[in-house]
Amino acid sequence: MNTQLLIQLLVNGLVVGTLYGVVAMSFVLIYKATQVVNFAQGELLLVGAWVCWWLLTKYQVPFYLGMPITLVFMFLFGIAIQIVILRPMIGEPIISVIMVTIALSTVFSALMKWMFGVNLQPFPRIFQTQNVNILGLQVQTVYLMSLAVSVAMMVGMAWFFRLSKYGLAMRATAFNQQVAQSLGISVKSVFAMAWAISATVSAVAGVVVAVVNGVSAGLSAYGVKVFPAAILGGLDSVGGAVLGGIIIGLLENVAHFLDSEYLHWGNLYEIAPFYALIIILMIKPYGLFGTKDIERV
Amino acid sequence: MAGQTLIPAGDFRTSYAADTTAFPTTTSRNAMIAGIALVCFAPYVVNEYILSLLIQIGIFGIAALGLNIVVGFTGQISIGHAAFFGFGAFTSAYLSNRFGIPVFFCIPLAGVVTAAVGLVFGLPAARLKGLYLAIATLAAQYILLDFFARAEWFTGGSVPASAEPFSIFGYMLRGDKQYFYVVLAYVIVCYLLVTNLIRSRDGRALVAVRDHYLSAEIMGINLTKYRTLSFGLAAFFAGVGGALYAHYNQVVSNEGFGIDRSIIFLAMIIIGGLGSIMGTLMGTAFMVLLPESMEWLSVALRDSPIDQFLGLKNNIAFLREMAIGVIIIVFLVFEPDGLAHRWRQIKAYWKLYPFSH
Repeated sequence: MNTQLLIQLLVNGLVVGTLYGVVAMSFVLIYKATQVVNFAQGELLLVGAWVCWWLLTKYQVPFYLGMPITLVFMFLFGIAIQIVILRPMIGEPIISVIMVTIALSTVFSALMKWMFGVNLQPFPRIFQTQNVNILGLQVQTVYLMSLAVSVAMMVGMAWFFRLSKYGLAMRATAFNQQVAQSLGISVKSVFAMAWAISATVSAVAGVVVAVVNGVSAGLSAYGVKVFPAAILGGLDSVGGAVLGGIIIGLLENVAHFLDSEYLHWGNLYEIAPFYALIIILMIKPYGLFGTKDIERV
Repeated sequence: MAGQTLIPAGDFRTSYAADTTAFPTTTSRNAMIAGIALVCFAPYVVNEYILSLLIQIGIFGIAALGLNIVVGFTGQISIGHAAFFGFGAFTSAYLSNRFGIPVFFCIPLAGVVTAAVGLVFGLPAARLKGLYLAIATLAAQYILLDFFARAEWFTGGSVPASAEPFSIFGYMLRGDKQYFYVVLAYVIVCYLLVTNLIRSRDGRALVAVRDHYLSAEIMGINLTKYRTLSFGLAAFFAGVGGALYAHYNQVVSNEGFGIDRSIIFLAMIIIGGLGSIMGTLMGTAFMVLLPESMEWLSVALRDSPIDQFLGLKNNIAFLREMAIGVIIIVFLVFEPDGLAHRWRQIKAYWKLYPFSH
């Protein structure tokens, strides 16, 4: 057994898993606040990463300036999507809403391919040193950065929901829209806010992935991996989404380890989350922390 | 009564049988028969290119009809339809290559095998509904695609599998002109089957599950059974469509059964009209002709300022993808009942012309 490889893969899994967790968190945020299943989450990552890349390479904006501009853009972008496309869909059957987000993902991914091409573009270097030695293990600086940013996002999100006024308003809306409205909360602005925050958080994750791996259309795959993570954690649990993301990230890399060491099936890590997804749906459809929706006839 | 006038000036449905007929008037039935007879002459009138488009409309129309059973009539969501379509294509090619079964029997057999696979992936429907089910079908899409890439004995792996041309009683059908009639026959049979299914007890149960599943269960409809059944039926038609597709191209590669194809299938039924049988065919025609018409447009606009600005020649693929997405959104926002609804309104307008109210 190759312990070195296993540890390396577990570290990878943790890093990728926290990123999945962040994306799943922003996915769950939209679902909780607006009851919309967002199939375009991966495209939000993609748009954020491309915008940042574009600012940094085309206009030579320094990173500390380019990043805030990207985030402001994504904030407005999220609000725009909600107002222009999702708001007319309120009250429509669930299939229509799902189809709209699927269509949005098609439009955005095609638009990004049209504007920036299909090739992988390397991100400008941000860090000087490549590797850091931690306990005899060579860890890339970007991985540490990725982990730190993800944890910071999660802490920020926890603070937002527990202590800030907007976060409380959002939780109240998620709990019961009518009661929230009667308490003077503008449900409309909460909906727009949910999309704005989700788009911004996704953009951060997108930029982090872009810094590590470069930008390409493949980034939107993160949007698909969100489903196993969010379902495992429970579709309406923010904390569950984070945990689900980490578990899926670790699962992928353990599958990769088993595959390369013993099974030799090839590409097992790509498909393992989906088998996990089906199994979870079969035995525990509401996930680890999701609200059980029990109906008896 | 109804037989004497072109269109009756009201809804005269005095019996239950009259309420559930496939064709509301004799005229509409005759019009349908005349329409089919007219289409039979198509191979002698239109050129090769348009004929190939007609065949595609027929093939995709059958698969989209299956999707409309599960989405439009039963109200469940399936995002993995293209994978079943692909499974049907591979199954039919495999059956005819490996066991030497005549292609004539392979196509319905492929439908049956795909239906079995569809039932397996429909099993989560026993406990899930709505978006959980949608996510399960998304997983089915990826798992089946992975299976196509992995199972070399079945699909040939990276080498495309070859499919035999269609033959009937030892007589080989070669070329689009003859294959057109095969597709036409399948389209007529499938559409008649589904029309009659919806008129039957089981069809009404499916619609009841869609409209209010709690009431349906109170009325004694077994939700699990009908949800799973609808997935099986959808997979059956996807399999038949896929098999027809395989023997039309005579080669089945791993390409073209991805999630983007699933989205196109969904677009077909949304544009045509959810829960409308003839609408499915309209939506399919729309979605087949949309990329082609963009192609014509780009040819017509060559070297014009618009072309130079958009770079049409290199980017037509992306523009097509975007057009598909935009069309879906536009229809969902402005015309959620699809082309079938628009068609009914046009008919109603002319029925009352010139007194439109």
